[in-house]
Order: sequence, then C-alpha cells, then structure tokens
Amino acid sequence: MIGIEHYLVVSAMLFVLGVLGIFLNRKNIIVILMAIELILLGVNLNLVAFSAFLDDLSGQIFAMFVLTVAAAEAAIGLAILVIYFRARGTIAVDDVDRLKG
Amino acid sequence: MIQTIAFYLFASIVIGSGVLTIMARNPVHSVLWLILAFFNAAGLMVLVGAEFLAMLLVVVYVGAVAVLFLFVVMMLDIDFAELRAGFMQNFPLGIAVAIVLLAEILFGLGAISAGPIELGTADGSATPVPGQSNIENIGALLYTHYAFLFEIAGMILLVAMVGAIVLTHREQKAVRGHQNISKQNQRSPDEAIVMRQPSIGQGIDL
Repeated sequence: MIGIEHYLVVSAMLFVLGVLGIFLNRKNIIVILMAIELILLGVNLNLVAFSAFLDDLSGQIFAMFVLTVAAAEAAIGLAILVIYFRARGTIAVDDVDRLKG
Repeated sequence: MIQTIAFYLFASIVIGSGVLTIMARNPVHSVLWLILAFFNAAGLMVLVGAEFLAMLLVVVYVGAVAVLFLFVVMMLDIDFAELRAGFMQNFPLGIAVAIVLLAEILFGLGAISAGPIELGTADGSATPVPGQSNIENIGALLYTHYAFLFEIAGMILLVAMVGAIVLTHREQKAVRGHQNISKQNQRSPDEAIVMRQPSIGQGIDL
C-alpha cells in the first residue's frame, strides 16, 4: 500500500531536481524559471500528500495559494525576461551585473 | 494493487520528465517535458483524492503557465547553444550538491531508516465532511475560514497582471504627435513671411 513516505520521497526528488536545474542551467534564465516551477510542484505535492493522509484540507488550500503565487511569479518573471531581451538582445544572466544601480 | 501500479507509473514519469526538463538541449523540449511532469503530478494528486487541486494544476499550469513559457521561448530569438556553454562545467558540482541535498531531505524524513512515519492528528478544524466531494469541502472551507487569504490571492494576481502589462507595454510613437494648434492659430503673416529683394548674385542671410 502506498503510504505518505512514498509521496514525500517523490516530492523531495522533484525539489532536488529543481535545485539541480538551477545549478546546471546557470545562464539560461528560462530553464531556471522552469526549475523553480519544478520546486514549487514538489512543495505542492508535499502539501497535498500531508493533507490527504492527515484528513485535513488546510494543506490543499495552501497548495492552491502556492499555485497562485507561482502563476504570478511566472508571469512577472517572463515579463522581466522579455524586456531584458529587448534591451540587451540576449538572456544570459551572467551579464545582469551590468545593471548596477 | 492497481493503486500501487498507478502510483509508481505516475511517480516514475514525474521524476523522469523532471530530469529531462532540466537536461534537454532545447528549451522548447524542456517546456514540453515540464507539461508532462505537471500532468503526472496531477495524476498523483488524483490518487490521494485531491481532484480539485489536480484539475487546477492541469488548467493553471498546463493551460496558462506552460503555454506562457512556450510563447516566450518561441517569441525570443535566442542562441541557446551559447547559453549551454557552462553546462558540463557545472555538472559535477551540481550533481554533488543535489545528492547531498536529497540525502539530507530523505534522512530528515526518516523514510530510509525509521520505517513508517507516524503522523500526528489534525486539530479537526479543516476535516472534510464525509459524503461530500472534495471540491465541495474545499469551497466550504475556502470561502469561510480562508476568505481573506482568498481575496489576497486575488490581489496578488491583479498586481501580477498589472505588473506584467506595465513592464512589457511599449508606448507607440504617435505619427502626428507634434501638432500645436494654438501655436498654429497664433501665427500671423507679419511674422511668418519676410519679403526680400536680393540683388543679383548676392543671396540672402537667413
């Protein structure tokens, strides 16, 4: 039978995959944003698993709010990405330090 | 039994597509793998009885966020080969950090050594009413106990929407933007026209 441990392990693996994605694709901010989505997916899975196994709906409500914030974050992040690309013609995050003040 | 099979199917596809999301050479493929990961995570959520959240995941992530990613990836003309330059260089360190982090989390869970996790008991304030569907229970809780948080979530989405529009909106340069009508009307022939009679071969100073 599937217990909560299985869900926690899956969500921990998703979380770590997201962190690894940020490490590996240090230059490509689009993939970094996708890795952040993976991290938030892992968190959501964790919340839902606890909610289900504790028989308490608060976890699902919180997962919903995490989802809301994740959607807002993706929209703003991509908007910043688009204007950065317009200004610089590249999206390499190494060069962002030229923004200085 | 079928539940166990479904769990392992969904879980392995989630992990596999997560790996491919961060490893894919082409970001378009990354987005597509991310969509697969979201679908299978939704499957995992259905498996524990959180149908509403699963459908929300499909609608919001696959329908909106992933399509937004696809749109941006395809709209911007980016040299992705250049962006992958440091990939192999970062690989050993990244893998090392990831393994350490995963080991820490798993030991923290106690899932390897200590056997099954003993859950506490919830305080009962958000226990679902038996016999009602998941979405009814969530609605009953969300619009009463979490009403303020719900409204703040709406405000967050509003701010995000306004912010995205403000950031990406480009002011159109008006074609006839410099016409000053009162200035035109105030011109008189006396100051607008000067009569000269230059002698031949001299020209005039303006």
